[in-house]
Amino acid sequence: MELKEKLVASFLAFENKVSVDTDHNVHDIRSEAFDHFEKHGFPSKKDEEWKYTSLKSVLKHDYNVFPTGESAIEFASVKKYFLHEIDSYKIVFIDGVYSSFLSETSHDGYDICLLSAALEKSKYKPVVDQFFNTIAGKNSSITSLNTAFSKEGAYIHIPKNTVVPKPIQIVHFSTGTESELLLQPRNLIVVGENSHVQIIERHQSLNSNVVLTNSVTEIFADKKAIVDYYKIQNDKKSASLIDNTYIQQQGDSHVSVNTFSFGGNLTRNNLEFFQEGEHIDSTLNGITIIGDKQLVDNHTLVMHKYPNCESHELYKGIYFDKSTGVFNGKVIVEKEAQKTNAFQQNNNILIDDGATINAKPQLEIFADDVKCSHGCTIGQLDSDALFYMRSRGIPKKEANGLLLYAFANDALEKIKIPELKTRITKLIAQKLGVDLGFDL
Amino acid sequence: MLEINNLHAKIEDKDILKGINLNVKAGEVHAIMGPNGSGKSTLASVIAGREDYEVSEGSILLNNEDLDDLAPEERAHKGVFLSFQYPVEIPGVTVTNFIKTAINESRKANGHEELPAKEMLQKIREKAELLDIDRKFLSRSLNEGFSGGEKKRNEIFQMAMLEPKLSILDETDSGLDIDALKVVANGVNKLKSHDNAVVLITHYQRLLDYIVPDFVHVLHDGKIVKSGGKELALELEEKGYDWLK
Repeated sequence: MELKEKLVASFLAFENKVSVDTDHNVHDIRSEAFDHFEKHGFPSKKDEEWKYTSLKSVLKHDYNVFPTGESAIEFASVKKYFLHEIDSYKIVFIDGVYSSFLSETSHDGYDICLLSAALEKSKYKPVVDQFFNTIAGKNSSITSLNTAFSKEGAYIHIPKNTVVPKPIQIVHFSTGTESELLLQPRNLIVVGENSHVQIIERHQSLNSNVVLTNSVTEIFADKKAIVDYYKIQNDKKSASLIDNTYIQQQGDSHVSVNTFSFGGNLTRNNLEFFQEGEHIDSTLNGITIIGDKQLVDNHTLVMHKYPNCESHELYKGIYFDKSTGVFNGKVIVEKEAQKTNAFQQNNNILIDDGATINAKPQLEIFADDVKCSHGCTIGQLDSDALFYMRSRGIPKKEANGLLLYAFANDALEKIKIPELKTRITKLIAQKLGVDLGFDL
Repeated sequence: MLEINNLHAKIEDKDILKGINLNVKAGEVHAIMGPNGSGKSTLASVIAGREDYEVSEGSILLNNEDLDDLAPEERAHKGVFLSFQYPVEIPGVTVTNFIKTAINESRKANGHEELPAKEMLQKIREKAELLDIDRKFLSRSLNEGFSGGEKKRNEIFQMAMLEPKLSILDETDSGLDIDALKVVANGVNKLKSHDNAVVLITHYQRLLDYIVPDFVHVLHDGKIVKSGGKELALELEEKGYDWLK
């Protein structure tokens, strides 16, 4: 059976399983989304937005849509996947099921807990009704699929004037108890006026069974809120990820999303920012380092709708072997959005002859008094720099690694959690096969 | 120490060096002068092992060992140092981290343990003082946003740290004001010993007021057309290069 048919057949069973003794209108939202998915199905290369990324090979597996077994994992065996050097809140899922054992949630002044609870309990109803599925892409069948099956994920609600004192880690493990697994986590993050939160998200498969994750995250930043979001994508080669993240910002808010894509089979990041006020700052950072036949596709959108806002976008890519990169950065500046400052930069290095990058900056500017820039480069390593380093005694391989590190560095500089920065630096060194040995 | 015999080198079928002979002994300072395009920088790059150039004839020996098959890093490990005319900017890698990596790679290649962090710091402090380098400078990204003078001073700092046998300074004086030139020259003079040798490549005589060479060679069209003592540099300053063609 094709995956789509299987999902269609599963939807009724799913709807019966989830609790209905609530007056949330989530049931209607799911049904509507399901109809949209059923009508449009999975995107194909005929869709302009999916021209360079084919899901065909990813969709051919016989995925288990409802994980049955509940697996326990020892913390020691997965410790390395957490930023364990510092204290943090943790929302952890194993094969899509919440693991209270590995998690550390909170209801003390703010809610850092589960979407399933938020969808069921009436005290969360006002927030869910106001925000849930209001910015997730209604025209994306893949997002609709997630919405139709939305049930579990992280629910984070920070009231106004609150600084969450430690980062929140959202970690999804897959154990492969189900041989081929489809996961559809759904996160809802609402950050109140003048509040500040840092979030780290990771999807990690613990063995080489095939897993496809179709994740949707909605983030709402109220006035003057600061949200820093880090996505660590360093999964096994058997794991594929479609990440859909939608962000709505009110006036004077600052939101940054940093995406580090080093692993996985196929990774597609749909990242969309919607500015709903003045003096907003949106930052999009990405570092991609892949090899073999890996594919990473970054599709971004920034919607400038109001005057005096900024966006800063910087994506760096390093491609080895026969890997493929896609960058599609769309920036729309609407007529009212005068005095917009929008910067976009996409730099790529192709190491091997078989590597490919498809880069497409798209600027649609309808206002006349704006500062917008975009730059896209595709190159090889600078031979002058390489000779310089080798002439000082640094061997070719290490010199290459240092240069690539230097190339990616400015996107690394934006990480505001020092321990995370160290971690990512180490991951990059590992990916580049060099010992940067920077501890003097 | 350095023995160059009938060296011919070309880049993309263009002959640049057309039979260079040069003999540099330990403890000596040689200056190679010549007009633009005479092949000075090519000679420096070829000695350091730049792979863009093809050595078509002749040989380069360092302490009687033929360098021909050695990669640039291997030459560095054997004690060759080239100070660049245009040092390259490497963002994200600090001066300290870069030199630490370079030193430990050389030590590894020569069968030594890495230099302990404490000794490394001590050495960095010592050499920075020698060249009048501010400590803050060492934690900046290598050459990024450095002024011309800072870049050159940083080159000599690296030379001081690496303690090479043969140092080739390619146009080290270009882009330096007189004060910076004095600091750099002073550094080079202090690093000089009877065990090492220096080859200065320069267009102008100015640098030679501060680093006094034992021998001066004039390069023209890929060949050394005249050699002499330090007074040759003064003669060139006066008469220019035309009389030698």
